[in-house]
Amino acid sequence: MKQYQTVIPPASHWSFRMRRGTQLTLTDVEGGANVGMVFYNPENLLERYNAPDTLKAQHTFKLTKGHCLYSDMGRIFASIIEDSLGWHESVCGNSHASHIESQWGKRDYQQDRNNWQQNGHDAMLVEMAKYGLTQADITANLNLFSKVETDDEGSMTLIEQHSKAGDHLTLRFEMDTLVILYTCPHPLSQADHYPRKPISLRLEKALPVADDDLCKNSRPENQRGFANNSLYHFGLEA
Amino acid sequence: MIKESQFDAHNANQKYTVDSGDYFIRYIPAGATFRFVDLEGNQAADTLFYNAHHPAERYSATDTIREQGNVYLTAGSQLRSNENQVMLEIVADTCGRHDTLGGACATESNTVRYDLEKRCMHACRDSWMLAIAEHPEFDLDKRDISHNINFFMNVPVTSAGGLTFEDGISAPGKYVEMKAHMDLIVLISNCPQLNNPCNGYNPTPIEVLVWDTHH
Repeated sequence: MKQYQTVIPPASHWSFRMRRGTQLTLTDVEGGANVGMVFYNPENLLERYNAPDTLKAQHTFKLTKGHCLYSDMGRIFASIIEDSLGWHESVCGNSHASHIESQWGKRDYQQDRNNWQQNGHDAMLVEMAKYGLTQADITANLNLFSKVETDDEGSMTLIEQHSKAGDHLTLRFEMDTLVILYTCPHPLSQADHYPRKPISLRLEKALPVADDDLCKNSRPENQRGFANNSLYHFGLEA
Repeated sequence: MIKESQFDAHNANQKYTVDSGDYFIRYIPAGATFRFVDLEGNQAADTLFYNAHHPAERYSATDTIREQGNVYLTAGSQLRSNENQVMLEIVADTCGRHDTLGGACATESNTVRYDLEKRCMHACRDSWMLAIAEHPEFDLDKRDISHNINFFMNVPVTSAGGLTFEDGISAPGKYVEMKAHMDLIVLISNCPQLNNPCNGYNPTPIEVLVWDTHH
């Protein structure tokens, strides 16, 4: 299969394994989307996305094109090779059922069926459980398509409607990665109605990482991260 | 926010010195108040908290940050779990700001941050690994080693989305004090980092004082 394309409906969760050398493009179909995402190493589920290492290695609070997404083992799961938004956040975590209920009312499957108001925390737990991962494996996740600014005192503001219809980003996977994601609203959303935003998703083969690759060369730290990946793949390279 | 403690150090029920580069792991009961003292200044106390009865419930930086709408910790901050429950509250703070974004140093991340050959330098996550290996009674494993607090460390976020590591908020004798809202396991790595200014390139001891209301 050369390419795969699908749409993940709103308030949903999914997971899949990305192989090294493939890429994932996410597109906000209607605008105002949020995608919660976290990564695990399928060969060793104890290796997972590490937000602090990702942020501090690149001296950044926001994530955008040129940044790499690190595991706790000094390796890079994925590089952000394209991004039309300029800002994705990784510190606000997931919504809980209590947030959804206080903001938009109690969910009711009998009435709502698959239009229920799913929350990020439950979505994450359900998807993680499929791989034997439990609450103890929860770690700080990405909130893609969402921008959270801070002032001098550290107070945060979610920028509503940051993402417009057609906004997109592409992750190139630098090692085999278990991707867990959901399409639930950002936990700081104050929207009048539960935001029901689908996301389009395309998988395809990535171009080889060139010597002058933007992500690899955006910081000396990333060059070393790529060197760690190269060591991890020792024996697999042509 | 600077707020002095109501407690007298002389009345503490328990008192521990955590040497530089060492770990500390203890039960702290609900209702107890405890204090970390930066004895010589510029130290970073990399700390994790767990529900003592159910360690899968534990300190969550993201839940804490989100619920208080702020990326820094200080007096008045409620430290929350991954079930979004209040685990403890900072009741006094003479430092003013503590970091919960920067995480802990690891031999693996040291290779990325500093040099590929730094992999054998002592680092916080190794201290935690030793702590959980030497204390099976707490029933913790590597999956429980997650996103921590760095007490006494200053990691400012800029409005443009940058992240900086700065020196100069803590000083000898500054402290942070917390009240436990549930029975806790407290796990500290007293940071051995020699490659950045988080502890002035000179790791030093900290002190832990406990006022246990059950005594």
